[in-house]
Amino acid sequence: MKSFSDKQLVEFVYAEARMLDERRFDDWLNLFMDDAHYWMPLGANHTDPLLQTSLMYEDKLLLRVRIERLAGARTFSQQPRSRSHHLLQAPGVETSDRDAGRYTLRTAFHYIETRLDVQTLYAGWATHELVAVDSALRIALKRIDLVNADAAFGSINLFM
Amino acid sequence: MNKYRGRPDAVRSLFQDTEVHRDVYIDPELFELEMEHLYANTWVYVGHASQVPNKGDYYTTTVGTQPVVMVRHTDGSVKVLYNRCPHKGTKVAGEVCGNTGKFFRCPYHAWTFKTDGSLLSVPLKKGYDDAAFESFEASRGMAPVPGVHVYREFVFCRLNEEGVSFEAFFGESLTTIDNMVDRSPEGRLEVAGGVLRYLHHCNWKMLVENQTDTCHPMVAHESSAGTAVRVWKEAPEGTPKPMAVELYAPFVNSYEFFEGMGIRVWDHGHGHTGVADSIHAAYSPAPGYWEQMVAAYGEERARNILGDVRHNTVYFPNIMVKGPIQTLRRFLPIAADKTLVESWTFRLVGAPDLLLERTLMYNRLVNAPTSVVGHDDLEMYERAQEGLHSRGRDWVNVARLYDPAERGQINVATNGTNEWQMRNQFRAWVRYMTASMKEERT
Repeated sequence: MKSFSDKQLVEFVYAEARMLDERRFDDWLNLFMDDAHYWMPLGANHTDPLLQTSLMYEDKLLLRVRIERLAGARTFSQQPRSRSHHLLQAPGVETSDRDAGRYTLRTAFHYIETRLDVQTLYAGWATHELVAVDSALRIALKRIDLVNADAAFGSINLFM
Repeated sequence: MNKYRGRPDAVRSLFQDTEVHRDVYIDPELFELEMEHLYANTWVYVGHASQVPNKGDYYTTTVGTQPVVMVRHTDGSVKVLYNRCPHKGTKVAGEVCGNTGKFFRCPYHAWTFKTDGSLLSVPLKKGYDDAAFESFEASRGMAPVPGVHVYREFVFCRLNEEGVSFEAFFGESLTTIDNMVDRSPEGRLEVAGGVLRYLHHCNWKMLVENQTDTCHPMVAHESSAGTAVRVWKEAPEGTPKPMAVELYAPFVNSYEFFEGMGIRVWDHGHGHTGVADSIHAAYSPAPGYWEQMVAAYGEERARNILGDVRHNTVYFPNIMVKGPIQTLRRFLPIAADKTLVESWTFRLVGAPDLLLERTLMYNRLVNAPTSVVGHDDLEMYERAQEGLHSRGRDWVNVARLYDPAERGQINVATNGTNEWQMRNQFRAWVRYMTASMKEERT
């Protein structure tokens, strides 16, 4: 199994955020393992995505629905489109098991979503659980913990 | 001169059998009057008693725009108090929920109050003349909300001292709450999972009307539910249908389905979609649940409980309950053009966890600020909120399947695409807006 340096892991996280901001959603979805999840819990201490409420806990099928919906002719809430901007702090490698090919990174971020004349700032931490598959890194879990996950929000349309 | 304050006839003229004047959604003066009259004359949902299981447990929220605190009193009853120190006005309970022990203590000057609101102590009381102090409003403590009624753990209150009784106000509509509670083999619900909070820049009534608007799902949700169905069709044959698809797919059922689903209209603005059938009718069974229900209720009663698959029940003025999926949504008015939507979920005590899992999935797929179904709806409400400022047209139409003979009829089931329930809400709106409104001579 190919082993990845800390620098390569960090670059993966930067590249992933850039795909989102450049709307390369199909490429982005291909980063996810088939059984991967994108999870936005409602509390930083949440451990159970099924029996505790989350903002999102989506498998690849649901992520695919979102991505195809964004391109739909009758997706009126995205006419005009939302745009996103990720500003990441340097990701930290939290755990690294090179023999098993499993890595965890944590990244503080500011994320801006904007549509029409409204721009909204969100702040939080992204946790990436990455797995080495053949010669590439794939996402097993991307977890987003907003600093105010339990606050009242307007529509959050894209991906953090 | 005021356009509506002190002018009940002007308020009555805003609803004309099949049409609603745009001011009802956009006028700040009407919003203030709603807070003063409509939200004070009606029984408004506050919370669920399982949120305050122990003495001293409290939960802070709003009724209309009034800050209140729901608290488990030392005698075990549930009290609703205005969350306002009688001394300087400070909100006494600060957290969303917590335990205050035997009394509340104001954080500003340490006045203390029993959990029924009555004044317990004032520091340095020698600074007041005893007889004079008794004459102050402040000596009466935190004001209790005069009308509080707990129905099967659901806590409602009426802010006005006088008015319609709880039983007369809700009548037959309470059968929806009964059905949701009876779905627990132990006959008990608990608030569970966590509440989703979604801010809407639109009038609160748009959300209430949308709950029984059965002609929008196949149009507005084509983008979300329609895409989900399409993506699912690409899956290899034999793939088990995921729970998410089971939840999404019925949103894009045909007009005929929603017509056949039926709608039932009660008095005082309440009503529900899903009389004969509903989008919640065809979910996969949870293993072991049927056996639990039969053991608890017997086969016939269990079948009746689970066969009642009501879709959306509107409890006027501002909540919606889904029995078969155990959710309750509160449409909390903040301003004429601002509404906070809270979506609460319940565990059926004693039932399999899979049912809570499905409830929570439904809630995040449909009611979260990250929900694509929610995005579809909010876009329409916000466009309407802006569109209604146009002077090109004055009225909103609610005439579908209108029958002049419908007035005064209650407990009637009809075609599921009938806008009768919307008209029913506006009849109740006029009634409770004007019930306590005095004509002002100008």
